[in-house]
Amino acid sequence: MTLKARYARDAIIQIVMVLLTALVVIPLFIIIGYVVINGISALNMDFFTQELGSPARAMRGRPTGLVHSITGTIVIDLVALVMAVPFGIATGIMMSEYQEHPLSPVARLMTSTLNGMPAVLMGLLAYGLVVKNTGGFSALAGSVALAFVMIPIIARTTESVLRVTPWGLREAGLSLGIPRWKVTTSLVLPAARAGVVTGILIAFARAAGEAAPLLLTSFGNNYFSLDMTRPMDTLPQRLYSLAISPYKQWHAMGWGGAIILLLFVMITFLVGRLVIRRMERQMEQ
Amino acid sequence: MVETNNLLPARYRGPGDRVFKTVIVLFSSVIILLAIGTALVIYLEARPTFRAFGYWNFLTETTWDPVAAVHGALPFIIGTLLTSFAALALAVVPALGVAIFTTEYAPWWIAQIINYTVDLLAAIPSVVIGLWGIFNFAPMMRERFYTPIYNWAYEDAEWLVPIIGAPSTYNFVTATIILALMIVPYTVALSRDAIGQVPREQREAAWALGATRWEVMRKAVLPYARTGIVAGILLSLARALGETMAVAMLIGNSNRVPFTLFGPAATMPSVIINEFREAVETLHYSSIMAVGFYLFIVTISINLLASYVQQKLSITKGGL
Repeated sequence: MTLKARYARDAIIQIVMVLLTALVVIPLFIIIGYVVINGISALNMDFFTQELGSPARAMRGRPTGLVHSITGTIVIDLVALVMAVPFGIATGIMMSEYQEHPLSPVARLMTSTLNGMPAVLMGLLAYGLVVKNTGGFSALAGSVALAFVMIPIIARTTESVLRVTPWGLREAGLSLGIPRWKVTTSLVLPAARAGVVTGILIAFARAAGEAAPLLLTSFGNNYFSLDMTRPMDTLPQRLYSLAISPYKQWHAMGWGGAIILLLFVMITFLVGRLVIRRMERQMEQ
Repeated sequence: MVETNNLLPARYRGPGDRVFKTVIVLFSSVIILLAIGTALVIYLEARPTFRAFGYWNFLTETTWDPVAAVHGALPFIIGTLLTSFAALALAVVPALGVAIFTTEYAPWWIAQIINYTVDLLAAIPSVVIGLWGIFNFAPMMRERFYTPIYNWAYEDAEWLVPIIGAPSTYNFVTATIILALMIVPYTVALSRDAIGQVPREQREAAWALGATRWEVMRKAVLPYARTGIVAGILLSLARALGETMAVAMLIGNSNRVPFTLFGPAATMPSVIINEFREAVETLHYSSIMAVGFYLFIVTISINLLASYVQQKLSITKGGL
C-alpha cells in the first residue's frame, strides 16, 4: 500500500467516524426537541395546581394537572433516599477503606451485579417483601423499591470518590495516632464530601426516572395523597399511564410531565458529572 | 492497595474502631442480602409455577394464556434475546465509532461536548423515550418505512411477507431501534474507558514507526483495549436484556410466537410490566414472577461473565 493510499484510507475512516458520531448524537437532540416543543405548550397554571382526576374531567375541559404526581415523586424519592444513603455509603466505605476485610470483595461483586440488574426486578422484590406482607400497594413499598435501586449506585460512586482521595491523607492521620474510624470519618469523608454528595444526587436522579419498580409497588393514584400507606402517584409511572391511555388531553399532559422529568433528571445528572470530573482532576494533581 | 491493618499497633484497634467496623460491616452486608434476597424472594413467589409446569417445561412452552392457565416463557425469552442481540448489533459499530472518534480524532473540546451529549442520552428516563416513541417515532416509522416496504414486498417479493408480517405501529423493529439507541451510551462510555486505559507508550511506539492515525488505532490501541471493549459490550447486552419501560411501550405485546419483523412481540421485562397489575390468578402472578426469576438469572450471568472477562482475560491482569 502506498503512503498516499494509507493517508486516503485514514481520511475516509475519519469521515466514517464523524458520520457514526452524528448518528448517535442527533437522536438525542431530536428527542429533546420534541419533548421541549410539545411539553412547553402543555404547561400552564393548572398543570402545577390541579390533580388529575377521572378521564371525564379532562374530556370536559375542566382543569386538570399533575401536582399530585410531582409531590408524590418528591415524597417517595426522598423517603427512598433517606433509607438508601446509610447503606450505600457504608458499603462504599467498606469497599474502599476496609479492603482487607473478607466481605469487601463480596460487597464489590454484589454492587457491580446489582448495578447491572434491571430495576423492574427490584420492583418484584419490593412487591414480594412489602406489598404482599402489608396487604396492598403503598407509597412506602415504592420507596423501598427505589431505595433498592439507589443503594448500589451510591455504594459505587462513594467507593470511587473515596479511592481517589490521596492515600497520604490516611497515612498522615494514622501516623499522628488518630484511630482508623476517626481518620475515615473526619479526614477521608470530608475530603471526598463533594463527590459523595454528588453520588447521592446521581442515584436520586436515576431513581427519579424509574417507572418500572413503581408500577409494581406504589401503583399510582389519580388524586392527591400524602399517605405513605396508600397508593401514591409519581411522574414516571404517570407518564406511562398517560402515554398508553386513549385520551388526547392526557397525551398532551404526558408531554408536560415528560419535560419536567427530563429537566430534573438531566440537570441533576450534569451537575453530578461536572463535580465528579472536577474532583478527579483535583485529586490527580 | 495499602495493607494498613497488619501495620497497626494494638492501641489503634480500640473500642471506637471495633464499633465503627461492626456498623460498617452490618450496613454493607445489606447489599449482599439484597442480591441474595432478590433471587430468593422472586424464586419463592414463582414456586407455584415451577411446581405446575416444571423448570424446563416452563422455559420451552410456547403458549402463554392466562385464561386457560397455561404459561410458558419461551415467547418472552425469544423476544428478549432477539431484540437485545439485534439492538447490540445495531449499537456496537456506531458506539465504537464515537469512542474512537472522541479519543483519537476529535480536538479535545469537541470530544468533551460529544462525551457530555452521550452521557446525557444515558440520563434520559426510559419512559420519556418511550413516550417520544409512541407519539413520534413509531407512527413515523410505520408511515415512512413499514407500510411502503410491506406494500413493495406484497407486490414484488412475496417470500418476504411471512417474515416481515403486516405492519403494526408498535412492533419488533421499532422496539429494537429504540433499544439500540438506549444502550449506545453505555457501550460508548465503556469502550471509551477501555481505549483510554491504553498506555501512551503503546501509541507513541506506533506513531514512531510511521503509522497513520487509523493504523495506530487498528494495530496498537484496539488490540490492547480489546478485552475492555468485549466486557463493555457484554455489560451493554445486560442493559439491553433488562431494559423495561421503552420496550414495554413500543413492542406491542403479543404473546404468540413466531414473531414477525413488523408485527408485535414481547420481552421478559415487557410482560412483567404489562401483565403484573392485571394478574389476579395465583398461577398468572407466579408465572410472571417466574419470568422475573429467569430474567434475574440471565442478567446476573451476563454481568458475572463481563467482570470475569475484565479480570481474567485482560493483558494487564486487572491491575494497571
